[in-house]
Amino acid sequence: MTTSKTRERGAAIDIRNATKRYGSFTALDDVSLHIKPGEFMTLLGPSGSGKTTTLNVVAGFTDLTSGELSVGGESILGVPAHKRNIGVVFQHYALFPHMTVGKNVAYPLTLRGIEKGEREKRVRRALDMVKMADFAHRYPSELSGGQQQRVALARAIVFDPPLLLMDEPLGALDKKLREWLQLEIKRIHRELGTTFVYVTHDQEEALVLSDRIAVFNQGRIEQVGTGRELYDEPATLFVGKFIGESTTLRGNAETSGGETSLTVAGQRIVASNKLANGAKPVILLRPEKLSLAPGNKPQADSQNSLTGNISEAIYLGSGSKYQVTLRDGSVAIVRAPLEAQQFAIGDEVDLRWHISDCKLLADDERADLTLT
Amino acid sequence: MSQTIDTTAPGGSGPRQANGVAAQPRRWRLAAYPSLLALPAVLLLIAAMAYPLLTIVSRSFSEPEWGLQNYVWFFSTDVNIQVLLRTFSISAWVTLVCVIAAYPYAYLMTVVGPRMRLVLILCVLVPFWVSGVVRTLAWVILLQDSGVINSVLKAIGFGGVKLIRTPTGVVIGMAQVLLPFMILPLYSVMRGIDLRLVQAARSLGARPALAFWQVYLPLSLPGVFAGAIIVFILALGFYITPALLGGPRSTMLSTLVQSQVLSLLNWGRGGAMGVVLLVSTFILLALAAPLMRQRHKQASRS
Repeated sequence: MTTSKTRERGAAIDIRNATKRYGSFTALDDVSLHIKPGEFMTLLGPSGSGKTTTLNVVAGFTDLTSGELSVGGESILGVPAHKRNIGVVFQHYALFPHMTVGKNVAYPLTLRGIEKGEREKRVRRALDMVKMADFAHRYPSELSGGQQQRVALARAIVFDPPLLLMDEPLGALDKKLREWLQLEIKRIHRELGTTFVYVTHDQEEALVLSDRIAVFNQGRIEQVGTGRELYDEPATLFVGKFIGESTTLRGNAETSGGETSLTVAGQRIVASNKLANGAKPVILLRPEKLSLAPGNKPQADSQNSLTGNISEAIYLGSGSKYQVTLRDGSVAIVRAPLEAQQFAIGDEVDLRWHISDCKLLADDERADLTLT
Repeated sequence: MSQTIDTTAPGGSGPRQANGVAAQPRRWRLAAYPSLLALPAVLLLIAAMAYPLLTIVSRSFSEPEWGLQNYVWFFSTDVNIQVLLRTFSISAWVTLVCVIAAYPYAYLMTVVGPRMRLVLILCVLVPFWVSGVVRTLAWVILLQDSGVINSVLKAIGFGGVKLIRTPTGVVIGMAQVLLPFMILPLYSVMRGIDLRLVQAARSLGARPALAFWQVYLPLSLPGVFAGAIIVFILALGFYITPALLGGPRSTMLSTLVQSQVLSLLNWGRGGAMGVVLLVSTFILLALAAPLMRQRHKQASRS
């Protein structure tokens, strides 16, 4: 990659055993996370999961109850926010309403005593980068939300911080604008080589942007990995359900001759992995791994099959989406390509998938509670 | 009248709207002229403000005979000029004391929890419900030579200070009475300031004092100006407090007006003094206006 040179500008972040308590509430519970220089790391999770607390700790707005935090190899615990040299982009832009766009972006440079000529050059470069150069003389109140956020981004990168923190920066914008700005942020990350830490509760956004994603739940990190790892190999049921669409099936497990099988809705299913003793198993299936066949046709040995009825059929343009209600009342979601056989509501179908795609996870009621 | 207003006022009485059909035509008429709802206030202002003001102005030119003699008298009498200047200077001091005392208090109101905020608001408002005369008499007891303040000072080994019948005493008393008029507008502006802006400034490299000075303070200035204008103007016309707490060297214009009108029955001169005070207030406000003009719109808060 051409970025090997610029990547040096990003700082590594090391969070070790970070715990933050507010009275009896534990916002962060022994969180450890290593972020590589120049990496785009997204902290993903529902509200109250600890992702924003983590960001505030790194920014210096919140102290840790216990734990270690270093940026670029140096501990920054106890260093006040204004000495950390970290860029922060807030969800609500936080542009200074009494300063023009140009003054806003120049502010961190003025604080650093950079002389006027150099300051103007760097302000122009930062505004160019976010495509807001024509707006330097406007006041923030004269800009749209998306424009304000781009100015806020320019202000956060103009002083070349080795680390940029973003707290749901696109949360207040509509979908189309959000999708476009996601690509802009990705481009800017590539051009700068700065380490980006991005907080969001939107799993699609996390998949679009990130090199790696840390999934937070109830003050802990459930799993860290690339989007693909999280989607294909979720470590916990929570991760599996939070990232992407999924179907979960429950049944009684038994292990015989090295093979674990489950009885779901009266039918036998073979799993591809074993669980630790005592854990209640749940099967997590991705909609595109499932296929449908007309009822009661014989299946291949390498496949699992469950009988059900189509309860909803949706045409999506690029394919179809079906809801299949199984005999025990549980509902499966299936995505079928247009060239596959199509079904109508009420049809009896066999729901099929490869045994190798049938992964068992430990059941965890926290995964349901937090997904409201 | 009150009945028609009831049917059209927004969120007006529920039961009345039940007879909807019958009330319909009347409601239409008033709905077409919503500005009529301001009529009571307009009438009151005309009767209680505009008419007396016009009377004062015309009498200042017409009593005892038509001409400028009252104004000539005012500006050629040294005492009057002195008292006019003193009125402005005491009012300015009162305003300054109020700003300094109210700013941290109003800020505290924006950062504490709801229960503490209620306590703070009550501390501001309760003195409002006590008559100004009572409060001023309380200040007499506190400030007099053998009063509470001087007793305490002497008890801890300091010499006494002269407070009662001095401009300082007047400023202290007036500032206490007028403080709520500074705190409330300040609080309402400060409540609208997004504290995350200060956080943003810190993340950009501003140490806390600088972040306050460059971000919070400029955004709170509209509240300071609003409160300052209210306090200053109210202070200019203060009568009871300076009369009770002040001495001959802290007489304010309202006391002079009182003696002209009530003791000497010289309505013309009293009127002229009022007009001079009014006009000079206008001039001062006109001079201050460019300072207060906001060069930006307040950040909208979601």
